[in-house]
Amino acid sequence: MKDLTFDTLLAVFEEVFGVGLFWALVAVAAVITLAFLWVVLRDRHVKAVPFLRAELLAPIGAVASIWFVFAITSSGMKDMGGPIDLIVLLSIGVAGGVGSTILVYVMQSLIAKSS
Amino acid sequence: MIKPEDKKMLLPNMSRRGFLALAASGSALAVTRPGAQAESLKTKANIVILGSGAAGTALANRLSERMPNATITIVDGRKRHLYQPGFTLIAAGLKPAEYSVSKTEQWLPDTIKWIEEYASEVDPVAKKITTASGTKVTYDYLILATGLKLDFNSIEGMDLGLVGKDGIGAVYAGPEHAEKTWQAMDAFTDKGGIGLFTRPATEMKCAGAPLKYTFLTDDYARKKDTRGKVKIHYAAHSKSLFSVPIVNEKVRMLFDERGFETDYDHVMVAIDPGKKLATFNTPDGRKDLPYDFINVIPPMVAPDPVRFSDLAWQTGKWANQGWAEVDKYTLRHVRYSEIFAVGDIAGVPKGKTAASVKWQVPVVEDQLIAQIFGKEATQTYNGYTSCPLITRVGRAMLVEFDYNNNLTPSFPGIIAPLEELWISWLMKEIALKATYNAMLRGRA
Ligand SMILES: Cc1cc2nc3c(=O)[nH]c(=O)nc-3n(C[C@H](O)[C@H](O)[C@H](O)COP(=O)(O)OP(=O)(O)OC[C@H]3O[C@@H](n4cnc5c(N)ncnc54)[C@H](O)[C@@H]3O)c2cc1C
Repeated sequence: MKDLTFDTLLAVFEEVFGVGLFWALVAVAAVITLAFLWVVLRDRHVKAVPFLRAELLAPIGAVASIWFVFAITSSGMKDMGGPIDLIVLLSIGVAGGVGSTILVYVMQSLIAKSS
Repeated sequence: MIKPEDKKMLLPNMSRRGFLALAASGSALAVTRPGAQAESLKTKANIVILGSGAAGTALANRLSERMPNATITIVDGRKRHLYQPGFTLIAAGLKPAEYSVSKTEQWLPDTIKWIEEYASEVDPVAKKITTASGTKVTYDYLILATGLKLDFNSIEGMDLGLVGKDGIGAVYAGPEHAEKTWQAMDAFTDKGGIGLFTRPATEMKCAGAPLKYTFLTDDYARKKDTRGKVKIHYAAHSKSLFSVPIVNEKVRMLFDERGFETDYDHVMVAIDPGKKLATFNTPDGRKDLPYDFINVIPPMVAPDPVRFSDLAWQTGKWANQGWAEVDKYTLRHVRYSEIFAVGDIAGVPKGKTAASVKWQVPVVEDQLIAQIFGKEATQTYNGYTSCPLITRVGRAMLVEFDYNNNLTPSFPGIIAPLEELWISWLMKEIALKATYNAMLRGRA
């Protein structure tokens, strides 16, 4: 590859998902992150019990995101060929785990407050 | 013809040290940003592009962005744009034929003119081209981006109507033929027999594709538990399987590991579909080989208007294949300084992949703009060629190399080029088409 600029990367991601879906996904991720920050600032700290509950669901988020990548591609666990493959796979899992933790924590906090 | 003042532009920075320094430094090469970000330039130059495939479309978008006042005309009779790297996935039963098909017009900028005809003649002295209907179009600058011609006619007995029947496959012939090839390969790997895999002795686009399809057929037979009944026979056109020695050795090892039988110096010249025999020219004369399934990959030559003109190589190994005789670093024609060749039509020792096109397009953009504005060009092409060499469904090797047969990995130390990896498969299955489309739009 000649050069991989941020512009190129953005263009490629827009093509993978379609411009609309890509920016919708970015917006959703941004909203969830902001909501998390808002909840933490509002409560002035991260509440231990809801956070623990959210963390317990992290493995499900991790497995689901790995499953998703296998489902949309013609590949699976048996195709792991080298260290970089495992690193990528684990990164996908970690991203799914962290994402689901934040999402679940935010949802709990919002529901708890409104009820 | 080349004027003396143009000479200095032909090989800018071409001292060996200068070139190596450029090649070694990714950031030095990253000087051109996609057309959209670069400043726009004022010129009324009349630029004609022949061919709206990968290279022609990408250049049309970038040039129209950079030079909004230039007159840009693209000439191509093909209404369908074909994403050819997808043919391998179609022929592996993983994607439908439509995966590779879009409309030519959807990629072209509104500001340029598209003549929906093929060019039939180029007159580089009078600086004009003639289209199939006889219309004459003059130019100040001409970009040859016609791709290449699949010469199935030169294989005696071959008829594209046979593809999909009686074990005949032709992955290269187009998306529909790739789909029919899958049907034939699927039936073959159910039943067993001899699978015969070939490649031509001419230059060819994506020289890894014949190997990929051999590996994929083997993979399906293994998955279906019929490998015991399947014999895989690969007929190489020369004494090696791949032109880059280090890659050739790796492929040879994999072929041994998978139990393929290999014949070297076998060039396919005829087929007898009735008897299921393919005929090869070999050092020992003509030889027939039997098959139950065959992937016919024909000789590849330049399209006629380039091949039978003064634009083609006149001497040497390419004289009868007709590739445009351009400088291998600047892609500028060696006899006509206002003509460039980009993509498969360029008569240079490597290239002929969409990944090479992605590298070449900014180079031609830079060389052309420098020429129009009397500046010195800074970018050159180093032969970069890449091909995710699929070794089974789910794994590939991300092979990248240059004119010197050096491996040029994009992610050194991270993605090993000669290792069968899942990440390299993901590149082919997910990232390649997206990158290709971004390139068409002039954004990658
Ligand atoms: C089976 C297969 C697998 C491949 N796999 C890969 C891969 O994994 N990675 C990769 O990087 N590359 C791959 N490629 C190669 C890649 O597709 C080509 O190198 C690339 O498309 C070349 O671009 P181009 O613009 O030169 O030619 P093309 O994209 O073929 O476009 C040429 C255009 O010129 C037009 N034309 C022809 N004659 C004339 C004329 N007389 N007048 C006007 N227009 C004309 C044609 O209609 C066409 O639209 C593969 C190709 C095939 C066939």
